[in-house]
Amino acid sequence: MGETFPALLSQALLAGALVTVKVAAGSLAIAIALGLALAAILVLTRNRFAHGLIRLYVEALRNVPSLTFLFLLYFGLAAVGVKLSSTVAAIAGLGLIGGAVCVDIFRSGFRSVPDGQCEAAASVGLSPVTAFRLIVLPQGLRLALPSIGNYAISLLKDTSLVAAIAAPEVMFNARQLVNETFQTALIYGCAAVVYLVLTTAVAQSVLLVERRLELR
Amino acid sequence: MSNDILLEVENLSKSFGSLKVLNSVSFSLRRGERLALIGPSGSGKSTCLRAINYLEPPSEGEIRLDGRVIGRRSDGKQMSDREMAPQRAEIGMVFQHFHLWPHLTVRDNVALQPRKVRGVKDADANKLALTLLSKVHLAHKADEAPQRLSGGQQQRVAIARALAQQPKVLLFDEPTSALDPELVSEVLNVIKELAAEGRAMVLVTHEIAFAREVADRIIFMDGGRIIEEGDAKTVLDHPTSPRLRQFLASLTLGENAHG
Repeated sequence: MGETFPALLSQALLAGALVTVKVAAGSLAIAIALGLALAAILVLTRNRFAHGLIRLYVEALRNVPSLTFLFLLYFGLAAVGVKLSSTVAAIAGLGLIGGAVCVDIFRSGFRSVPDGQCEAAASVGLSPVTAFRLIVLPQGLRLALPSIGNYAISLLKDTSLVAAIAAPEVMFNARQLVNETFQTALIYGCAAVVYLVLTTAVAQSVLLVERRLELR
Repeated sequence: MSNDILLEVENLSKSFGSLKVLNSVSFSLRRGERLALIGPSGSGKSTCLRAINYLEPPSEGEIRLDGRVIGRRSDGKQMSDREMAPQRAEIGMVFQHFHLWPHLTVRDNVALQPRKVRGVKDADANKLALTLLSKVHLAHKADEAPQRLSGGQQQRVAIARALAQQPKVLLFDEPTSALDPELVSEVLNVIKELAAEGRAMVLVTHEIAFAREVADRIIFMDGGRIIEEGDAKTVLDHPTSPRLRQFLASLTLGENAHG
C-alpha cells in the first residue's frame, strides 16, 4: 500500500459518491414512476380491489423499517436462491420504499387541484383520462414538486443505509477506511461534507425547476 | 313533442340526504330561446343548471337535448363520466368562478376543446380560438396567462371557451356574481351579443334588469320548486305569487340601499 492517506481518502469518497448518486438516482426514478402510476390509478378508478392493493403496499412499506426491508431483499431473497448484487438490491429496495412515499405525495398533489378545474374539463367534454392528463397532471405535478424535492433529499441521505448490505457507497467506503486507518473524525467529517454537497445540489436543482414551472 | 323544443327538463329532483334541493322541476327550452332562472340563494337554481349536464347528477327525473336523453343509458342507469363526455361537449357551461386552466395560455384555454374533443387540426383550432376571442373582444390577450387578466376578462375567455365547443345550448351559472361591480357590464354585454345571435341559453342570474332585457322567459324558483314562470316582462312586472313579489321587493330595497 504505497498510496498516501489523502489519496486513499479522496478515492474512497469519490468512488462512494458515484455509487451513492447511482443508487439515489435509480431509486428516485423507480419511486417517482411507481408513485405517479399508482397515484394516477387511485385518482382515476374507483376499483376497490386496486385501491386495496395500493393501500396494502403503501402501509406495508411505510411501516417496515427501511433496513429490515433492505435485508429482506438482499439476504432474504439470496436465501431462497435469488441473488441480487448489493447495488441492485439497494436501488430496488429504496425505490420500492420510496414508491410508497411518492404515491401519497402525488395523490395529494392531484387532490389539491381545485374541483372547478375538473368540472370545467368535464363540461367541455374531455373524458376523465384526457382531463387528468391535460388538466390535473400538469397542475398536480407542480403542486407536488416541493414535497418531491424534500423526499429526494431525504432519499439521498437514506442511501447511507445501504452500506449495511455492502453497497460500496460513501458510508461503506468511509467505514472501511476508518477500519484501516482509525482516522475517524477526519474521514466521517469528509463523508458529511460529501453528503452536504450532494444534497445542496439536489435542493438547488429542485428550486431551479420550481422557478421554471412557476405560473406567471 | 315538437321539433321546436331543444331542451326538456322533466320532473328533476335532487336530494342531499334528507334535504330536497330540487323538487320535481320541469321546463323546456325552444331553439334560440333565452331562459333565465332567478330566485333567492339556496332556491336550487344553480343545482338545476348543473344537473342539466350532470355535473350535479339528479336523483330523479330526465333531461333530453334534441330528443336524446342526457346522462342515462337506455336501461336507465347513470352513464360514467367517460360515456357522458360526448354529450357534455354539446352543452356549453360558464361558471361563476370561470375555472380557466391556469397552466395554459388564453388561446389554449379556448383551443383545447376543439383540438382534443372534436379533433380539429392545431392550426384551425388556433384560428377558431382567435376568432372567438375577438368575439369577446380579447384577441389581444391570446398569449397571456389567464390569471393575469381581470375577472371580467377571465369570464369572457370562459365564454369563448364554451363557444369553442359549438354547443347546442349555453348554460350560465351566475356569470357575474364573482365580479367587481365595474366589471359586470363587459360580461353582460358579451352575453347580450350572443343572445342577439339567437343562441339558446339558460342563465342563472341575480341581475334582474339584465334578465328582463335578455331573457324571453323567466322561471322563478324557491325551495327547490318552480314558483312562477312565463314571459320575462309579465313575470317581473306582474308577479302573481306573494313569494316572487317579496323577492322582487327585497331586490329593489337592496338597490335603493346601495344608492
